Amino acid sequence: MARKLLLEHAHVEGIHTYEVYRKNGGYRSVEKALKTMSPEAVVEEVKKSGLRGRGGAGFPTGMKWSFLAKPEGVPRYLVCNADESEPGTFKDRYLMEKIPHLLIEGMITSSYALGANTSYIYIRGEYSWILFILEKAIAEAYAAGWLGKNIHGSGYDLDLYVNIGAGAYICGEETALLESLEGKRGNPRIKPPFPAVKGLWQSPTVVNNVETIAAVVPIVNDGGDEYAKIGIGKSTGTKLISASGNINKPGVYEIEMSITVEEFIYSDQWCGGIKRGKKLKACVPGGSSVPILPHFLVCKTAAGEDRLMTYESLADGGFATGSMLGSGGFIVYDEDQCIVRNTWNFARFYAHESCGQCSPCREGTGWMEKVLHRMENGAGKMSDIDLLVDVAKKIEGNTICPLGDAAAWPVSAAIRHFREEFEWHVNEPRVCMERNYGLVREAVIV
Amino acid sequence: MHTLTQNGTPFKYSPAALSEVQSLTKKYPEGRAKSAILRALHIAQEENHGWLSVSAMDEVAATLGITPIEVYEVASFYSMYNLNPVGKYVLEFCHTGPCAIEGAESLIEYTKLKLGIGKNQTTPDGMFTIKEVECLGACGYAPMMQVGEFYHEHLDTGKIDQFIEDCRADKIDKGTWKMH
Repeated sequence: MARKLLLEHAHVEGIHTYEVYRKNGGYRSVEKALKTMSPEAVVEEVKKSGLRGRGGAGFPTGMKWSFLAKPEGVPRYLVCNADESEPGTFKDRYLMEKIPHLLIEGMITSSYALGANTSYIYIRGEYSWILFILEKAIAEAYAAGWLGKNIHGSGYDLDLYVNIGAGAYICGEETALLESLEGKRGNPRIKPPFPAVKGLWQSPTVVNNVETIAAVVPIVNDGGDEYAKIGIGKSTGTKLISASGNINKPGVYEIEMSITVEEFIYSDQWCGGIKRGKKLKACVPGGSSVPILPHFLVCKTAAGEDRLMTYESLADGGFATGSMLGSGGFIVYDEDQCIVRNTWNFARFYAHESCGQCSPCREGTGWMEKVLHRMENGAGKMSDIDLLVDVAKKIEGNTICPLGDAAAWPVSAAIRHFREEFEWHVNEPRVCMERNYGLVREAVIV
Repeated sequence: MHTLTQNGTPFKYSPAALSEVQSLTKKYPEGRAKSAILRALHIAQEENHGWLSVSAMDEVAATLGITPIEVYEVASFYSMYNLNPVGKYVLEFCHTGPCAIEGAESLIEYTKLKLGIGKNQTTPDGMFTIKEVECLGACGYAPMMQVGEFYHEHLDTGKIDQFIEDCRADKIDKGTWKMH
């Protein structure tokens, strides 16, 4: 049976309430940290755990924490990034809905480690009902003395608040999130200075994903070394995977980072195989931004080795034959899915979500969407394919924030692996159109 | 896209909403009341029949002690704010990748045909508006839509029929942006 560190109690009746959460061992990490550990010792455990940022970038959390500037007399902030909006990703939502206290506990322990006395959770606007779940849980934590002044006699003070967004993918980028938290448009900032030096209201700030902060709880409880025993190489611990697409059992799964992709897709314990007995066509393993993999590169690497659900194995082969673990937004496509249509869909997403600050992204995402739209609707030209590759190349690396790269990668990867399907769209426009209208006709008949 | 042309009827927060917005500002350090703007706008939109008129935005500015332009520029950036009047029930369908490959597109077409309206349009009786939005983080439960505070998942045409009937019978909870 797979070990679960975050979702172990997710199905316990009433686990969203303080009483039940506490009875199941909740808030032990706060007790342990505040009573027996220095803040530096907590940071040390997180370093030892090998925990990497779970929002998508996979940057070592302990190292990120150690970059935090600590000038005298200046407040420091911990901000939790709960702006989950990467297409294919819904794990943070699951965690916050089911076990809100796990995030709150992680926020307290992490804030203590960083010396923050005020912390914020920035949650996306569409998760409005979760805002109230969190606020209720925070009120319970205050009432039980885990938040506020002099927490359980430790002399440590912490206030925790939830701030809600209002619909902007870009606010998941940490500096855009900080701008938004300051009550402005979500335009990413130029780095440096990094948030660790000048973040929220120009004060040193750490921004971490929900899952990252939740993982601090088992790390402090059982020790960083114990956490690092799970997983392979630099992919330590467990990871929440949001599984969606044409599979039998979509949902959120906690996996040890050592199982194979094949196991994950086909085992009844996880995705349960492809729906309606269809064949696997492609997979996007880490949220819409990461390169799509054709079926023959999903379960095996180009070298013929088993592909594992780890940062390293999913990236094996670089962008030529690999992808990324990203946020763990695992989207599975069956043989009936149209790669051109899906690529257009994602291009539309990035065009809509570009903040408009940098020209390559603002203009480039719009053009990629238009070109893919005409291709999908039977008006594409053969030269459009290379045009798309060219535009993607011109966006990549030329923008303030990673949204530009995130918009370029899915397009260039789709063309790299499925060029013949793009050519087919140009050569057989009528077939594409029929397919398109077919969708609508089906709907009317149903 | 976004145009700030509609003044709407004069808007003031209800006394309860006003005190809620004022208490929100206490979550931020002295002089940082502007940080409460997004939630203050959500509450104003809720009280102004689902959309933000210029008058509603001016009320937010006055309450937070910031200039109106600071509110306009924020309200026009975020997709959840409606800057034009909407119907009583705004059906916000996710049309992004994972929902699309699980049938969102045909479901949206079905709903448009059923209600006789297109994207960003409102039925003549003022009951329904259809919006198509980007990924709402419900990919495993596709296709789906958001109405008010809540998600409606694993949708199919039968569930859409039922939902529309329930709206007409006033049986759908949209939430109120208040603790529940």
